Amino acid sequence: MNKKNIFKRKTLPALAMAGPVSLWMILFVALPMLYIIYISFMSRGVFGDVVYKFSLESYGTLLDSTYFKVIVKSINAALKTTVLCLLIGYPFAYYIAKKPKEVASRLIMLIMIPFWTNSLMRLNSWLLLFQTSGPVNQFLQSTGFINAPMSFVYTDGLVMVGMITTMLPFAVLPMYSSIEKLSKSLLEASADLGASRRTTFFRITLPLTFPGIFSSIILVFIPSLGIYTVTDMLGGGKVLYIGNIIKNQFGAIRNWPLGAALSVLLIVITGMLIYIYTRFAKIEDMEVV
Amino acid sequence: MSISKKQKRKRLEDVIGAIYSIAIYTILYVPVFVMMIFSFNNQRYNYYWNGFTTQWYSKLFTNSAVIGSLWYSLVIAVLATVISVAIGTIGALGLKKYEFRGKKFVNNMLYIPIIVPEIVMAVALLIIFMKIGLALGMGTILIGHCTFCIPYAVVTIKGRISGDGYSLEEASMDLGANRIQTFINVTLPSIMPGVMSAAFLSFTLSIDDVVMSNMLAGAKNSTLPVLILSMNKSGITPDVNALTTIMILVIVIAMVLNNIIKYALKKRNKAEATI
Repeated sequence: MNKKNIFKRKTLPALAMAGPVSLWMILFVALPMLYIIYISFMSRGVFGDVVYKFSLESYGTLLDSTYFKVIVKSINAALKTTVLCLLIGYPFAYYIAKKPKEVASRLIMLIMIPFWTNSLMRLNSWLLLFQTSGPVNQFLQSTGFINAPMSFVYTDGLVMVGMITTMLPFAVLPMYSSIEKLSKSLLEASADLGASRRTTFFRITLPLTFPGIFSSIILVFIPSLGIYTVTDMLGGGKVLYIGNIIKNQFGAIRNWPLGAALSVLLIVITGMLIYIYTRFAKIEDMEVV
Repeated sequence: MSISKKQKRKRLEDVIGAIYSIAIYTILYVPVFVMMIFSFNNQRYNYYWNGFTTQWYSKLFTNSAVIGSLWYSLVIAVLATVISVAIGTIGALGLKKYEFRGKKFVNNMLYIPIIVPEIVMAVALLIIFMKIGLALGMGTILIGHCTFCIPYAVVTIKGRISGDGYSLEEASMDLGANRIQTFINVTLPSIMPGVMSAAFLSFTLSIDDVVMSNMLAGAKNSTLPVLILSMNKSGITPDVNALTTIMILVIVIAMVLNNIIKYALKKRNKAEATI
């Protein structure tokens, strides 16, 4: 076979098929990622422009108390969201996984349907329910629990409600599929050998479903860290997370290097979690869809 | 005695599980129903329930800002779906079938838009577009949406490619079909379920996206979610509730029809098989 033939038989089809996706990933993922890291080491000019001179100024600013507080608050909120989603989601996933397959797939479908509604409108519903003159306050007042309307809106509490309801499915789905894959014979063997149900759960079920749990942690914690729609819709500009701060740097405030540095912080945290994940599971096995 | 005790316990667990699940489903569905109910609220801005009206459903079509943004969103979602599914389908096949240098790199890159927070991807694209002087608008939003839709499409379709090698494709080529005929008549039908779910996923991701659309939009037009986000400060008007109510009903009806057709086809195939 001559060279031209090899090109026509192997290289050309490979190029035609894997080429477009590879090119897209290089141009619109790899390149922008490298560029944002580069920008994070530049400094801000007087008029909000980028001065192309190496500086650690932006990373220094992150340690300023105002920004540092937001970072800590965001990580704290993301952790809370993750822990609550896992605690609420695991028993739920367990219950669904123990159902017959047909029923389980319907129940999973039932989780997905609300998510076809515009996510901002779903968040807005919590605002409608809990606002000063809303149904919840009216109900509490009419039953005499409270005299004056309580202010739920624009509080950390309501933001947390929004975070959990937005993220819960991402916690449930990976845990569901790992519990569902759990072999029944293992559980029976454990019971036959005299283990109590509690022992079986902590010694067999929990360790074997850990990859699913860790997928859930990644799929909830990382988006929670960068989210700004929940805080925008339910925090009314009073509750700010990292996502809001990044967005503002590229909007009115115009401090690109600082926004880039905050983005790099999120990339580093993401990278660390993924690295830990790949220590005990394959990234391909992460249930992302 | 011990068996009945065990059964009793199992029954109790079932009941507790059912109650718990109903509670969770309630929390997930309450926002949807509240959204729908307030589309019938007789008030210019939704503050409290002020009586029933259907006026927002008719007035909706005179609100040119909302309808305009809906069309803008739909056009972007359709284009993003077509582009992402096309690139994603041949990409998934290519990445599965061929070995080449840098394949691992591309595979890893695919996970970045899925896992890294969307705001990071959005600002990274923004600064690249600014650097090369690309004007913000529909084109940049489209690139942004495709950047997260393509990886989802590739992952979804890759999972559907059977692991049994390429014997069918080779048979087709041996029988004289060329590559393109083989792709259309053999490969594509075998991965069609994956392609369809990739299309559905891409469309829903694109139409509901706020972060990319907000960051990469030009000054002139905005998508529906971006419009809703900007309305949030002054209050979202009930006609938007009416619009999103119509949208969710259309999606649910389409899904139900799809399932009915699937079920009917399955039944017919079974009947044919038994004959």
